[in-house]
Amino acid sequence: MDWERILTNVAGEVFAPTTAAYALAAIGLNIHFGLTGLLNFGQAGFMLLGAYGFAISTIAGYPVWAAVLVALACSAIFALILGIPTLKLRGDYLAIVTIAAAEIVRIIGRSTALTDVTGASSGLRGDSYKETFTALSPFGDGSTTLGPFTYSNSSSNSWWIRVVGWVLVAIACVLVWRLLNSPWGRVLKGIREDEDAVRSLGKNVYSYKMQALVLGGAIGSLAGIVYVLPRAVQPDSMGRPMTFWVWTILLLGGAATVFGPVLGSMVFWAALMLIKTVGREVIPTTVMSSAQIEQFGQIVVGVTLMLLVIFRPQGMLGDKKELAINVR
Amino acid sequence: MSAETTALAGVEHRPGAPKPDPILVADGVVRRFGGMTAVDVDHLEVQRGAITALIGPNGAGKTTLFNLLTGFDQPQEGRWSFEGRSLGGVSAARVSRSGMVRTFQLTKALSRMTVMENMRLGARDQPGENILAALVPPVWRSRERAITGKAEHLLERFKLLDKKDDFAGSLSGGQRKLLEMARALMSDPTMVMLDEPMAGVNPALTQSLLGHIQSLRDEGTTVLFVEHDMHMVRHISDWVAVMAEGRLVAEGPPTTVMADPAVVDAYLGAHHDTDLGDDSLLDDEYTHQLEAEERAEDERKDHR
Repeated sequence: MDWERILTNVAGEVFAPTTAAYALAAIGLNIHFGLTGLLNFGQAGFMLLGAYGFAISTIAGYPVWAAVLVALACSAIFALILGIPTLKLRGDYLAIVTIAAAEIVRIIGRSTALTDVTGASSGLRGDSYKETFTALSPFGDGSTTLGPFTYSNSSSNSWWIRVVGWVLVAIACVLVWRLLNSPWGRVLKGIREDEDAVRSLGKNVYSYKMQALVLGGAIGSLAGIVYVLPRAVQPDSMGRPMTFWVWTILLLGGAATVFGPVLGSMVFWAALMLIKTVGREVIPTTVMSSAQIEQFGQIVVGVTLMLLVIFRPQGMLGDKKELAINVR
Repeated sequence: MSAETTALAGVEHRPGAPKPDPILVADGVVRRFGGMTAVDVDHLEVQRGAITALIGPNGAGKTTLFNLLTGFDQPQEGRWSFEGRSLGGVSAARVSRSGMVRTFQLTKALSRMTVMENMRLGARDQPGENILAALVPPVWRSRERAITGKAEHLLERFKLLDKKDDFAGSLSGGQRKLLEMARALMSDPTMVMLDEPMAGVNPALTQSLLGHIQSLRDEGTTVLFVEHDMHMVRHISDWVAVMAEGRLVAEGPPTTVMADPAVVDAYLGAHHDTDLGDDSLLDDEYTHQLEAEERAEDERKDHR
């Protein structure tokens, strides 16, 4: 078995653009669920809207900054539309509405009526919207090898997207840390514990929940941009499974913590890669084909998540004491 | 006898009696759940600066009335005002900001937050509760210090200071009641509405809770509380309002209101002193008389 190659692959996953994208999405979800207690099961919808917003406006000729603003605006409008009817209701309604709304975004995106805009089910090719972002890279052409890792400098799955992705993750972490330890974050945590109590103390609960939904969704849309920059916009690859992977990452790392989503994303993708590559080496193709090994990896992740929720519900970084208190 | 009791001395002992200085006035407040009328209060005034107890048997509509007055529920009919301002259709948060802060029958301590965080949440005018200001700590730090100082002072008074860094969920039931009351006081309310402050509190704590409520009154805060514990009602309230089947059936000072026939009826039923073993009950004439009384009583209710 070629352990060196396996470990290189696994280590490469730790800082891959996809890992950064999922970390960002989980940070956004952490604002919804960890801080405010909102059950958002449509984070992939926010990501897909961000991806569409960025890609379509870039194709229309917008510069990068404007395309990012379009993506943010799309997610903000989506959050408002979701929140206005549901945030006055109990939490489970939001869960149902968000999962349906994310599916609506995906199904509209892949409908043939919009082929000219979204490319329907085949999506938008990466080349059609990557150029403006690649052009911003200070690293120039060619590729660079750092230790065992060789990636192109600027185009596609590059060092440039890695740098941008992780800088965004760092900024989002600082933002969450600042807000988590501010009076604003305190109101959100109060809402997570008991809305009526916070209402009785004179806070406009509805407005705070809306702010949290918009902010977390905006971070989700940035995650969508980072996710599609090294690949293409494929509506079907950004459906329900994506939402549940983001949830897995958040619970794995620890909800309501600053670094939980980041650590969760790194461990999740590294572990998935480890299982897949080791599986390919160890399991003979007569027993499992490589496509089956891919799925086997996800089964193992699923089982791990179940064990985690049962035996370590606070995740890797969560406060055991905080979670041990049975709410209601 | 306290000053408040003296102020209430001239008030008539009847439901809906006008008070010399009412802070809260409710008129014709009706709340129906389907076909059931939970609350139907013609007129209620609450005297400023006094401790008013709201009592009544289970299901009398006390908590529902509380929810209506504090904006947690909206009635089908009626209007009510607090300090002269109408509160009809006003949200719970705005009712609270106008100075009327409530607590809950089932304590709502924010379990997975520390005692201190619970207290800080009760404060007003914290600019850092705005999302943009929250990003710039210098904007809210000085206010935060003031809030923390006040919270420590209140926690000390409620004997919770050594628990300030514990999670609220780890406190005992009685301590949570204390915390909820202390948290409500963080905003210096003009009126506090306590829903069963004594439920589940051990007798040792009861005494200190009573003391806290009385000192609140002495500092000028108006207190309206729902309670089942008659001992407590007699001990600290200046005025008692009695509800039964959604209506206000009696009002009066605690010493005499319990003797009011309407109150005795509400709690024990109209024939509570009839001996069911009495042979005269078997007499047809007496049975007719009882039935007639029953009909008259029903008619009287229908007319109201």
